[in-house]
Amino acid sequence: MVALAETEASSLGIREIRKSFPAPDDPLTRRPVLDGISFSLAAGELVSLIGPSGCGKSTLLRLIAGLDSPDSGELLIGADPITRPGAERGLVFQDPNLFPWLTVRRNIQAGLVARGVLREKHEEVDEFMGLVGLEVFANAYPHHLSGGMAQRAALARALINHPKVLLLDEPLGALDAFTRMRMQDEVLRLWQARRTTMLLVTHDIDEAIYMSDRIMIMSPRPGRIERTICIALDRPRQRSSEDFLRLRGDILNFLHFAGKA
Amino acid sequence: MLQEEITGHPEISPPKSTTQLPSAPTHPDIDAIQRMEDESELGWPPQLAVPVAALVALAIHLRFSKRAPVVETHSYTLFVYEIVAVSLVLAIAQRFWTPLRSWMRHMCPIFTAAVLAIGLWDVVTFGFQLLPLPYFPGPAAVLRSLISDRVLLLDSTWHSLALLLSGYTVGVLVGLISGICIGWSTPVRYWGMPMLKVVGPIPATAWIPLAMVVSPSAIVSAAGLIALAVWFPVTMLTASGISNTPASYLDVARTLGAGRAYLIFRVAIPAAVPNIFIGLFMGLGASFLTLVVADSVGVRSGLGWYVSWAQGWAEYGEVYAALIIMAAFFSTIMTLLFRVRDRVLVWQKGVIKW
Repeated sequence: MVALAETEASSLGIREIRKSFPAPDDPLTRRPVLDGISFSLAAGELVSLIGPSGCGKSTLLRLIAGLDSPDSGELLIGADPITRPGAERGLVFQDPNLFPWLTVRRNIQAGLVARGVLREKHEEVDEFMGLVGLEVFANAYPHHLSGGMAQRAALARALINHPKVLLLDEPLGALDAFTRMRMQDEVLRLWQARRTTMLLVTHDIDEAIYMSDRIMIMSPRPGRIERTICIALDRPRQRSSEDFLRLRGDILNFLHFAGKA
Repeated sequence: MLQEEITGHPEISPPKSTTQLPSAPTHPDIDAIQRMEDESELGWPPQLAVPVAALVALAIHLRFSKRAPVVETHSYTLFVYEIVAVSLVLAIAQRFWTPLRSWMRHMCPIFTAAVLAIGLWDVVTFGFQLLPLPYFPGPAAVLRSLISDRVLLLDSTWHSLALLLSGYTVGVLVGLISGICIGWSTPVRYWGMPMLKVVGPIPATAWIPLAMVVSPSAIVSAAGLIALAVWFPVTMLTASGISNTPASYLDVARTLGAGRAYLIFRVAIPAAVPNIFIGLFMGLGASFLTLVVADSVGVRSGLGWYVSWAQGWAEYGEVYAALIIMAAFFSTIMTLLFRVRDRVLVWQKGVIKW
């Protein structure tokens, strides 16, 4: 019964979200960016959102995070409407955005400090630094970290608040190909260890297939969800298995990137 | 299992010892070269540059001092002898003490040049009297003024220090508060910024006529003028630092559950600190200027007053003595502020060239 209640609470519901911005060349007209987006995430699900640049993926994440508000529609976390940013929705950007004036340790515990619960939960800081393997860099400043390490610290900083939903806005987009693949495993490991619901925005089709339970493909201007694909492959997934490559081909076809026959 | 996975990442394989923590971002090769240079012994020429320069200065002085009374020159003669002695002792000591050696390697050229410059000054003024007296006394006369008038000079320095610190502290505190308010709050910026832009650029010393009428005493008006001079740059730079806080830091903090106090005091202000320090340095420069002017106008003490008083008596030796004290005094305060900056902005080390 308790488990069920928790499941209910951590799911995310998006209903008929619309958002427009003033056009850059003509401030009087508004361009729709999101045009009636609806979907929901079950607790513990990892869902990817892919689509070309400018289709409003990041705008959607900002709305869910509560950093912007939609023109119309409903955003629910569990049963509660989203009206402003809150610690139950973590957000990780492409740029780790670690506070450069804080050491790695102090960055990771920032969420506890912000909520005024550092004293009760200080032993969790060590736990989360261990979780992302940054214990030895506890007292280093962010500019000493490599891109992958900085992004791991950013993940730990977001996870320490035990968010019901973790929003990932192209978190691995700035990393080189090898570090990116290693970090994909890292994120999956964190996901499996904590069963956090995750919504991942990415440009990378392989990344989406490799990681997610479901892929939502968005179309640009105005952004709509064109198609949802369930990925039924067993984990850990093989990046070069036949099923993987077939899925990849389908998605490329759908996006018209398959190349001319 | 988890641990295995973590240490399995070559990217984060932990350093073998804590001394290898990436806290010292200097390049290892450059470091090694630097160390080799520091540890190698100094050759004879650099070691003896300062004593030789001091001997040259001494020879110059002895050559000309015969024609002046001993009273006027003996402290300077003694002073140059002391430089010779101290530099010889240091040249010998550096063979046994490595930190001293690297310090001397760094400072030798500057000391040599300084000693030679004093010698040259001696030649031009006291030696051949190429410059008109009493406006350009030689080093011996300046040193004599410095020593004979030391009580009054010390007293003036003390008064200046008290005035400077009280004015600077008030100016910085008020400047920080107004800068944070203007930088953070849109309505405060709307009303505050035009006032800041109109009133701020007026040099503080231009308010002297008003300050003398309004304030109860000369000391208070001088401190107020210094505070005003400091307030403007500190406010301006603090406000721009706060309002230029990267939006992404604020967004991240909000998604971590931060309230307004956290956003101001733990995000915006730390992000503005590099800017704030620029304001503090500009304010310090402005405060020196205002101090000297305010001193000589209303207050009957302080280094600025001392300079104009000595000038009134045509005691130019004392004028230069006061200038030397000011140089030492102001540069010490400036150095202290640099130290504070280095401590506070330690997180920038390796990011920005200071």
